[in-house]
Amino acid sequence: MAQLLEVDQLKVSFRSHGGEVQAVRGVSFNIGHGEVLAVVGESGCGKSVTAQAIMKLLPKRGCRIKQGSIHFDGKDLLKLSGKEMKQIKGSQISMVFQDPMTSLNPTMKIGIQIAEGIIKHKGLNKTQAKARALELLKLAGIPNPESRYNQYPHELSGGMRQRVLIAIALACDPKLLIADEPTTALDVTIQAQILDLMKDLQHKFGTSIMLITHDLGVVAEMAQNVIVMYAGIVVESGTVADILERPKHPYTMGLLNSLPNYEEGEKERLIPIEGSPPDLYDPPKGCPFAARCEFAMEICVGELPEPFAVNDGHHSRCWLNDPRAPKVTEFAAAGRDES
Amino acid sequence: MTEMLLEVENLKKYFNVGKHSLKAVDNVSFSVRRGETLGLVGESGSGKSTLGRTIVGLNEATGGKMVFEGRDVSTLSKKEKRKYNRIVQMIFQDPHASLNPRMKVGDIIAEGMDAHKLASGKERMHRIFSLLERVGLQGDHAKRYPHEFSGGQRQRIGIARALAVEPKFIVADEPISALDVSIQAQVINLMEDLQREMGLTFLFIAHDLGMVKHISDRIGVMYLGSFMELADSGDLFSEPLHPYTQALLSAIPAPTVSREKQERIILKGDPPSPISPPSGCRFRTRCPHAMEVCAAAVPEWKEIRPQHWTACHLY
Amino acid sequence: MLEKASHDSLFRPLEKGRLKKEEIRRPGVSQAKESFRRVLKNKLAVTGAIILLLILFFAIFGPRMVPYSYSDQSLASGNLSPDGKHWFGTDDLGRDMWARTWYGARISLTIGVAAALIDLVVGLLVGGISGYMAGRGKLGDRIDNGLMRIVEILYSIPYLLVVILLLVVMKPGLWTIVIALSITGWVSMARVVRGQILQIKQQEFVAAAQKLGTPHGAIILKHLFPNMLGIIIVNLTFTIPNAIFAEAFLSFIGLGVQAPIASWGTMANDALGVILSGQWWRLFFPGFMISLTMFAFNVFGDGLQDALDPHQAKD
Ligand SMILES: Nc1ncnc2c1ncn2[C@@H]1O[C@H](COP(=O)(O)OP(=O)(O)OP(=O)(O)O)[C@@H](O)[C@H]1O
Ligand SMILES: Nc1ncnc2c1ncn2[C@@H]1O[C@H](COP(=O)(O)OP(=O)(O)OP(=O)(O)O)[C@@H](O)[C@H]1O
Ligand code: SF4
Ligand code: SF4
Ligand SMILES: [Mg+2]
Ligand SMILES: [Mg+2]
Repeated sequence: MAQLLEVDQLKVSFRSHGGEVQAVRGVSFNIGHGEVLAVVGESGCGKSVTAQAIMKLLPKRGCRIKQGSIHFDGKDLLKLSGKEMKQIKGSQISMVFQDPMTSLNPTMKIGIQIAEGIIKHKGLNKTQAKARALELLKLAGIPNPESRYNQYPHELSGGMRQRVLIAIALACDPKLLIADEPTTALDVTIQAQILDLMKDLQHKFGTSIMLITHDLGVVAEMAQNVIVMYAGIVVESGTVADILERPKHPYTMGLLNSLPNYEEGEKERLIPIEGSPPDLYDPPKGCPFAARCEFAMEICVGELPEPFAVNDGHHSRCWLNDPRAPKVTEFAAAGRDES
Repeated sequence: MTEMLLEVENLKKYFNVGKHSLKAVDNVSFSVRRGETLGLVGESGSGKSTLGRTIVGLNEATGGKMVFEGRDVSTLSKKEKRKYNRIVQMIFQDPHASLNPRMKVGDIIAEGMDAHKLASGKERMHRIFSLLERVGLQGDHAKRYPHEFSGGQRQRIGIARALAVEPKFIVADEPISALDVSIQAQVINLMEDLQREMGLTFLFIAHDLGMVKHISDRIGVMYLGSFMELADSGDLFSEPLHPYTQALLSAIPAPTVSREKQERIILKGDPPSPISPPSGCRFRTRCPHAMEVCAAAVPEWKEIRPQHWTACHLY
Repeated sequence: MLEKASHDSLFRPLEKGRLKKEEIRRPGVSQAKESFRRVLKNKLAVTGAIILLLILFFAIFGPRMVPYSYSDQSLASGNLSPDGKHWFGTDDLGRDMWARTWYGARISLTIGVAAALIDLVVGLLVGGISGYMAGRGKLGDRIDNGLMRIVEILYSIPYLLVVILLLVVMKPGLWTIVIALSITGWVSMARVVRGQILQIKQQEFVAAAQKLGTPHGAIILKHLFPNMLGIIIVNLTFTIPNAIFAEAFLSFIGLGVQAPIASWGTMANDALGVILSGQWWRLFFPGFMISLTMFAFNVFGDGLQDALDPHQAKD
């Protein structure tokens, strides 16, 4: 079956004084029908910019899509006119943002905000739209939707607002839901409620979800496939099991290592990834992770590796996967693992 | 000297919000042992920051008592109070808002040294350099401005600033919440190293339970301004007593696929407003085990097992 | 064979420390310098600044470029249109309009700057005390409330009324106008300053400074003031032209500076009777200068505001 969303070699840059911030530097991935794809990575690695490019939400000034294509259901979104894109956004792709307050209109009752979208995109009349809005609020797990309908965003808690946003996103029965850190601002107990809700939607309606997060726990909970981004490129992609259990990229390995072990009996020292991600203002020519990588080799400094297929569907963009490279174990043996 | 560095008894901090009184911290009692890390977790708005800020003296307590090294803090003389303010320090959550954008990093770190006249001239420069290096940065970073640093680097600058005044007790208010996972581990390791080298005591506020468990000797769980449970971290994770703690622990998604998933307790609804908390047990509106008595009486703060405290009518 | 070997050497592990981990690659700049650079890049702001500098230059040297003073009368050469001798023409008393226009610029700019400076000082003081005291116990809140009440009352009085009342007790003149404008003018500066302080006070770096024992004075000078400097400067670029325009207006309706002192407003007023007889230069030059000054200040202020906008400070 054809993929629902195919992003190919996407490059996005921002103009900034004295140069260019290369926020996304050639990102490719697919999302199938009914699939949940998790996008993880360090802050500033280009996750939100990628999502904004799909939604055509990038700022008009100073930002350019330099290369690439985004096919949704066979249509190249980048070639669509503003009107056609609006049509698709209204009826097939929806987005939920990290900060629910900034994406709700503070002066408008939440019920009206939901109904408005329904009227615009589904052509229902007012009473029908209200009925549908109430249904959606209920679906999004909001108790007493009738009384909530007439409340303003500031009267709701963060978790409640996030549900309203999800209700709005669902108003058009989207085929694809892009959720940009939907639970990052929420407490774990509320996060559990929202994740539960999203899983439910995926099962009931077969909605595909692109879930941006930096919480590997959320990834394990929700996703079938994962892409790991670093400094504007996809460094590793594969199934959830590939990424969490058999990572083949030093960044992914480092990420997993730096988590505390939940089952730990004796306290072990955490193994952090030293250093900070590179400045995308002047990204390194070679592997962007080289300065922090304990396996870095001569070639890593000069040349950015292409994705190596580790096995079917599991790719790692790291020279270690080259047959000429030493084995990971040899590094430890060479005493590079000390400190 | 006592084993307890800080003892907090029935501490209260109320805010006036319009005509109402918001009980941000209500009747909290616990103690912190010398050299330990006490973790503090709880829902957003449960009063963790307020408690931390009240302990370090940034908020004035509405009621209750704090005893530091055997002395009641409210009875300290002006000079002793100034010393207390120096040796009890704070690390802040937001790495962007906690450093003055108009000051050079060196001056930021030296701010406390300057205020307490701990060093000047060459000695001051020297100490700035060694502090920067101690937190994993470079000496020449002293001349740069905060906006040139990443979140994790800024957080380390904040730590260096607190260390500069030679504190004994540090309240760290969500020092890693704003950081990437790979960077969080750097900061946690740094804090652990410093604790070992300098004999520091930490009150570590967070809502990431995994990291709290890792760094803390004991953990307190707060809900709506009060403590629900307090125990050794191992105990708390293996045998949580309070229904809120149980829900909290089960809600953490684990980053593994193979481990069989435990049954998740999904709480209904949201925390109520701290302006009008529920009668009796504060958690009862969301508690899956709520009984009649829970609405009628406030559960007592009891030591159910040695060193394991909770407030719940189930026990 | 040899080739393979040289190729494989690319896969040799890097020696440790070859790549710096905490390196900052962008050149270090302070935010002030950064803002300055951005102002320079803003075409409108630069245009405004150049116009203002030109006006200032002619206000200082313009009157000296011609052999007439602003008050030299010569009935014989009255009502001349601009020519090689009198670049801006003369008025009905034969006074040289070039000399009068630039002399008027001195008066207008003096009034504008003087009024704005008084506004600034009083506004900073009142707004600063008010903002700093707010939330500092009962007394602090009372001081804040009291000052803000005064501000509100003054804010509701139209300045024209104040001027008229003041003229009852004072002779019309330059300083009367300055005082009249300042009595109500500082109010908006006080509001801006108070708002800024309330906002900056919330930031964690101020809490950190308090915690480190930094004295009040130093907190104000090192933390509060530098962080609101930008907004204050921007505000000044709006209060100066406002004062200039107010003076022109007052002079135009006959309440301003009195003859023989000339300002753009009085010159425009003088010209009222004669524009119908075709002496366009009498109204054109003062009117044009007022508009040009307004334009230049506004454009400059807008540019500054853009350049200092904190939302853009990151890129
Ligand atoms: N409007 C913009 N103007 C200039 N640069 C931008 C803009 N938006 C994003 N960037 C830059 O693009 C890069 C990628 O940003 P992006 O928001 O995609 O990161 P992210 O992966 O979503 O991070 P986070 O986890 O912090 O949300 C960053 O370096 C950022 O500074
Ligand atoms: N200065 C203040 N004035 C009024 N109310 C306040 C003030 N500071 C905090 N509060 C209130 O006190 C309660 C506890 O807030 P606090 O910041 O201590 O929570 P927290 O546990 O630190 O939450 P978070 O995890 O979101 O940081 C909240 O309801 C908050 O709105
Ligand atoms: S390519 Fe080289 S530097 Fe990059 S992750 Fe792989 S081994 Fe490390
Ligand atoms: S006291 Fe009652 S309501 Fe409160 S936690 Fe215990 S069982 Fe639940
Ligand atoms: Mg983002
Ligand atoms: Mg807090």
